[in-house]
Order: sequence, then structure tokens, then C-alpha cells
Amino acid sequence: MMEWETVIGLEVHVQLATKTKIFSGASTAFGAAPNTQACAIDLAMPGTLPVPNEQAFRYAVMFGLAIDAEIGKCSVFERKNYFYPDLPKGYQTTQLDAPIVGPGHVEIQLADGSTKSIRIHHAHLEEDAGKSLHEDFHGMSGIDLNRAGTPLIEIVSEPDMRSSEEAVAFARKLHSIVTSLGICDGEMSQGSMRFDVNVSVRLKGTEELGTRTETKNLNSFKFMEDAIKLEVERQIDLIEEGGEVVQETRLYNGETKTARSMRSKEEANDYRYFPCPDLLPVELDDDYIDAIRQQLPELPDARQARFVEQHGLSDYDAGMLAADAATAQFFETATEQCGDAKLAANWVMGEVSAHLNNEEKGIKDSPVTALQLAGLIARIKDNTISNKIAKQVFEAMWNGEGDADAIIEAKGLKQMSDTGELEKIVDEVIAGNPAMVEDWLASDEKKRKKKMGGFMGPIMKATKGQANPGMVNQILSKKLNDML
Amino acid sequence: MDRSDIAKLAELARIEVSEATVDEVAKSITDVLALVDQLQAADTEGVAPMAHPLDATQRLRADQVSEDNRREQFQTQAPAAEQGLYLVPKVID
Repeated sequence: MMEWETVIGLEVHVQLATKTKIFSGASTAFGAAPNTQACAIDLAMPGTLPVPNEQAFRYAVMFGLAIDAEIGKCSVFERKNYFYPDLPKGYQTTQLDAPIVGPGHVEIQLADGSTKSIRIHHAHLEEDAGKSLHEDFHGMSGIDLNRAGTPLIEIVSEPDMRSSEEAVAFARKLHSIVTSLGICDGEMSQGSMRFDVNVSVRLKGTEELGTRTETKNLNSFKFMEDAIKLEVERQIDLIEEGGEVVQETRLYNGETKTARSMRSKEEANDYRYFPCPDLLPVELDDDYIDAIRQQLPELPDARQARFVEQHGLSDYDAGMLAADAATAQFFETATEQCGDAKLAANWVMGEVSAHLNNEEKGIKDSPVTALQLAGLIARIKDNTISNKIAKQVFEAMWNGEGDADAIIEAKGLKQMSDTGELEKIVDEVIAGNPAMVEDWLASDEKKRKKKMGGFMGPIMKATKGQANPGMVNQILSKKLNDML
Repeated sequence: MDRSDIAKLAELARIEVSEATVDEVAKSITDVLALVDQLQAADTEGVAPMAHPLDATQRLRADQVSEDNRREQFQTQAPAAEQGLYLVPKVID
């Protein structure tokens, strides 16, 4: 049995969250009617000239500083020539030899808790293409150029990943970095981040890289993971059956979980890059770069460390909450209001996340706000409600029934903490279950503790789950022990 | 430049070069390349490569929307448009 090693490199396209295109003043807002945001420059009308957007450079520099990279102080745009209907100019304006961001690195956390550094080869600025709609328009394709000219940074990694899990961890980390910087909205379903994966396999222990394939345009972490696993399997099967991997571009279909060859190297395009004569070199000075460095927002790793330090969270919990800027903000707002970081962390990672995942919503669209969650946690803390009832209240909050206090009041969910009343119920349950009492009295001390739990069911039933569990425990324990 | 180079360039540039003119085109491009050879013979030792003939740097623009929707006007010039989309011969990857 031969042992194979997988080698993965990623090219990641990140749409920058600018208001306008990289070379024109047309809006980049998502979801507009087709071609209403495609101006003369985006359409490549004769006589137009591009003027670069300063914000796109600022965002690219922010990314470069976040990954500890050298910033290209003189970056040059090139023309990458190819023909496709969603590219009106017949070339994509991009960067090649003098990109805005040089070599850097990104740390990822692996499942076993260890960290690994993934090297970034470079990141360059370029323009996005339009969209082709292949639905049948009398045998023709429809072209929407609203996306044409949207600023992108293409982040190119070194082939440093050795499994689909590492590749996904790296992709998630990039997502975390760019959303924390606020340079990308991170909306994968809208194509704000797209991944091309380069995959090859080699015998474990060998140095030489195998022939790689490139699977293009994956727009979810799940698809990426599945596509890599499928491709690794295909390559290993191919080689073990005596075949050879062909260098080619492949397309993965997430619906059918299959992939097919798009074009092989022989048909590969010769892009005939050359410096764009319409654009001068862009020079950035140290003052400009330093000013951006001063204003860099908190990055995920720093935030994770702070959550451990300031809120006493575990490394794992802190990492989960710190990865996404919006989630981190939600958690911190809730914590500030309710004063209990641990409870807030549990609720955000538990009920809130589960409900959001279930409805495929982002935290920004959560029907329960951070303040509402804090209101609920406050009622758990002051023993108004138990954890179990709190879940019921949360459900009602999620369904828009109001704040925790109003729901607790309206539904009469307040915890029963009246000693006299609880004693009465405990007495009734003890009287009504003589066999259980016998059994408890006959058990040794160790087993008694466990068997006391058996009384909780009937007591909770009698109080509709509203009895204060701590108080019941105390009362019950005392009464049973008195019978010994 | 031989005939196969011309065929490849024509394919990349999506330009039709008829059989009858291939040799003529090959000759004119070869002449242009001779000029390039002359340029490349110049001693550029110690000279930093230029990205642009103008000795100037690019001015940048503020990120403000300055273009409004002129779709109707633009689409009067398109051979075919429907539901706001430009129509082109079907493309399949």
C-alpha cells in the first residue's frame, strides 16, 4: 500500500468593499438590475480612460500589513489578454511583476491545537469580470456587466497545505482577516470570496511536486473541502491504475458533487501580459503606509488572545468567537450588558449559532439582538429562570415575541423560589412515591446521591419545570436525610 | 515568424488571416520584430526598467459614486439586448 501526500495551494479572489469600481465611479452595490451599474469605462467604450480608486489601494495595503508582508511602493498594472464576453476590453487589468502586496504569511490553527504558518506568495489588485447568464435567450447568452470592474485582491499562497482540512482552515482564516479589517463583506453566497485550488499528490517522503490541477471558482468552504477530497481521490486512483495526472483546469459542481475537465494545458491561453499604457505606476510613500498601519483594526489572533485574557475564556471558545468580527462584536456587547462572559460565550456559540445556521443567516441578521440576549442572561443569573426555561424564552425571543422580561411575565415562566411552596411540593412527591423512598433509604451513600435525581422528574413535573433546581435540591436532600 | 506562429497569433487575437495572406503577414511581423531586435541591442546595463514612457506617477480617485445609470442609452448601440442584458452568441466553458 503506497502512502500519498497531498499538496495544496490556493488562489483566493476577495472583492473589496469599496463603494465604486477599481477604475470607474460606477457603484459596486450588490443586487442591482442588470447593467445599471456598468458605465462607459466598464463597458470599454472607445475614448475612455481608467482612474484608479484610492480606497482599493488602501484596502490592499491593509491586507498586506495584516499578513506581515512587504508593501509594493511602486505597483504596476498589466493587461492580461483573453477573449470572453463578460470582459468587454478583451483584457483584464491586473498586476504581475510589481504587485501591491509581496510575500507574507498567515497562521492557521489545526485540529490538534497546533499552529502552522502558510506562506503567501503575493497578493495583487485587479478588476473582476461581469457575469454570463447561460439561460436560453433564443440560443444566446445574456451578459450583465454590473460586476465588471469591481476591485479584487487575488491572494496567492505557496503550496503549503497538506490536507483539505488545512486548506479550509486557511480559507477561513483569510475570511476572518478580511472581514475583521472591514475590507470585504465576506458574503460567500454573493461571490465576495472565491477560491481556486491547486492540488497535486506525491509519494510520502518525496520532494518533487506531482503534476497539479486547478479547480476554479469555489464559493463555499464546504464545496472547497469536497472538491479537494474528490480531486485527491481521483489523482491517486489514476496513478495507482498506471495513469498520469494531466495539468488542467477543472470545474466542480457542488450540486452533483462531481468535477470535469475545463481545459488542458495544451489549450491553455497565452495571456501576452504587458504593462497597461493607460495607467501610470502607482507610488505609495512610507507616510501613507504608516498612517494605515496606525489605524489597523484589531486582528482575529489579537482578539482571541484578548478574549482569553480579558474575559477568561478558553483558547477554543475565544478562537470561535474572535474569528468573525460581527460575532465578536455581538459577544462583547452581550457580555458588557449582562456582566457574564462565560454565559454570553455559551449562548452565542450555542443557541444563537445553532438558530442562525439552521436558518442560514449571518449574525447581523439575528432576530435576537445582543442586548436582548444580555437581558435573558441577566434573568438566568438572578435565578428568575432556569437554564432550561431560558431556552424556551430564547425560542420565543427568536420568534419576535419581545424581550426576555416580557416573555417571562406573559408566559408565567418565573422560577418558583418560594421555600414554603417548594417544601409542600417536595413533601407531596415523597409521600406519593414510597417505593422510591424505600429504595433511597436502602442504598449506600454513593448511590443515594444519584438516586436523589429520580425525585427531580416528578417535582419538575408538578411545577411545570419552574422550580428553582438549586433550592429543590437543598430541600429534598434535607427531608430525605431527616428520614434516615 | 513561420506560418504556424501566425496561425497561433491569429487564433489568440481572434483575427482571421486568410491562407493567401499568411506569408505577407509573417513577413511584416518579422520586419517589426527586426526593429525590436535593434532596440534590444541597446545597452541597458544599470538602467531600471520603466513601466511607462511618461516619467510620472498615477493620480488616484476618491471612492465616490460619480456615474449614474445610462443603460438605455448604452444599449441602443448593442446589436441585441433583452431584460437589461447584452445578448451575445452562446458561450459555453
